Amino acid sequence: MSTVIRFDSVSKHYPRYHHLSGGIKNFLFNLPKSIRGLREDRFKALEEISFSINSGESVAFVGRNGAGKSTTLGLIAQVLKPTTGQVTVSRRVSPLLELGGGFHPDLSGIENIQLNGVLMGLSRKQVKSRMEAIIDFAELGEFIDQPIRTYSSGMLSRLGFSVIANLDPEILLIDEVLAVGDASFQEKCLKKISEFKKSGVTIVLVSHSENDILRVCDRAIWIENHRLRMDGPAGDVMTGYRDSVSHP
Amino acid sequence: MNELRRYYDIIFVLTQKELRTRYKNLGLGYIWSLANPLAYSAVYYFVFKFVMKVKVDCFPLFLISALFPWQWFSNSVGVAWITYLGNAPLIKKVIFPRNLLPFVVSFQDMLHFLASVPIIFLFMAIYSKPFTWWLIPGIPLLSVIQFAYTYSLGLAISSVNLFFRDLEKLVGVFMTFLFYLTPIVYSSDMVPEAYRPYTVLNPVAPLMMSWRLLFFEGRMDPGLLGLSVVYGILFLVVSHLIYRKLVWRFAEVL
Ligand SMILES: Nc1ncnc2c1ncn2[C@@H]1O[C@H](COP(=O)(O)OP(=O)(O)O)[C@@H](O)[C@H]1O
Ligand SMILES: [Mg+2]
Repeated sequence: MSTVIRFDSVSKHYPRYHHLSGGIKNFLFNLPKSIRGLREDRFKALEEISFSINSGESVAFVGRNGAGKSTTLGLIAQVLKPTTGQVTVSRRVSPLLELGGGFHPDLSGIENIQLNGVLMGLSRKQVKSRMEAIIDFAELGEFIDQPIRTYSSGMLSRLGFSVIANLDPEILLIDEVLAVGDASFQEKCLKKISEFKKSGVTIVLVSHSENDILRVCDRAIWIENHRLRMDGPAGDVMTGYRDSVSHP
Repeated sequence: MNELRRYYDIIFVLTQKELRTRYKNLGLGYIWSLANPLAYSAVYYFVFKFVMKVKVDCFPLFLISALFPWQWFSNSVGVAWITYLGNAPLIKKVIFPRNLLPFVVSFQDMLHFLASVPIIFLFMAIYSKPFTWWLIPGIPLLSVIQFAYTYSLGLAISSVNLFFRDLEKLVGVFMTFLFYLTPIVYSSDMVPEAYRPYTVLNPVAPLMMSWRLLFFEGRMDPGLLGLSVVYGILFLVVSHLIYRKLVWRFAEVL
């Protein structure tokens, strides 16, 4: 078993960018105050998180809204950099799959698949040869030719998941997308995720559905108040988390 | 090799995306890329020829030989602020070399300019200007240099604009100044002798002067060319320093 994701006392602090929102003029007129604001007034989204995930494991992140789950996934996807500590990811990681998707509103479903397939690591040839499979999986009917501006959030998550389902990820990152699909599509996605799991893909899932988590994941990590509260077998962690939510 | 192939594919799909989102209709897009600089040319022609009565031979050719390249420059720099802002979903979710985005945008603007070069040729023919051999190395060379300018500025502006969203307005004001400080509607020898040496402190000046020299007199000047190359390299270096410092925060501010 080799480690594929490793967090060594990782903290992520966000500067309060509202110090910049006044624009250049305000920034320059209040220069010392602005710089002090950016330096010192920071929001601590994650504090001293350490864990490691082995190849082929499937891990759920749970916690309240704003606990720091998406931030953790962003760090794994490497679109974010930690403020202190070290994040090591030693495999090809899928793009972050979350609500809204990495999509362009004015392009049609098909055009988005072409764009995203390539940005997510496929060659143009591969995208072409998988196009049919992707469209079939999405089951969007004629909407596949419409600009995705006109999609509902469930349809967007269908499109997003279908592209991902046809990549060859080594690490799959899924952030709360399953929740907005309808029951039959959720079922289809869970099946696909299980297939990935069987073929040895490492899965990192953020979800608020205990059922989904217990079905897909062997292990869960509970983040509370931006710190790691519990890390262990999914069943145990979910029991602990459920208790804390019902008796705060 | 694989790496190159991947870059090629990314540039290809991003270009396709730009074409699809910027111009819904390719034919109209092409006409627009001609109509826009021509319309400006017509206005300046009217003002400077008829109202201000500037005495320059072959004034229309004189005008467009620098105004067309300027239009490329100013369009490219003028829309740069939106490059990263408009691609927020991509930047927040997928890792790919982010500098390819401004690269693709500037590349397209260059193609638009090249598509308008035949019009300059037409005016050269009308005024019986010589088509010298210099045009063959000259156009690609100056285009590459100008591409270095527009790509660099685009990279720097779109990066910084994520943090300071009012940069766009400052750039607009600045471009107006720059237009009148660059020998475009006038020629560099109309500048009073005492100020003339300072003209080339403006990085855009040697480039626009080179374009005009090429189309108007059919030659190139090594001094102006060398200076533009130096400015181009300087822009590339500085903009990449800025970009490298800011790029890992892009996903945070979007
Ligand atoms: N780009 C950002 N800038 C500033 N604060 C942020 C940013 N992204 C997230 N945060 C803050 O960090 C905390 C954790 O956010 P997130 O990881 O999205 O939580 P979760 O996914 O667990 O609901 C939240 O309080 C959120 O407001
Ligand atoms: Mg979240």
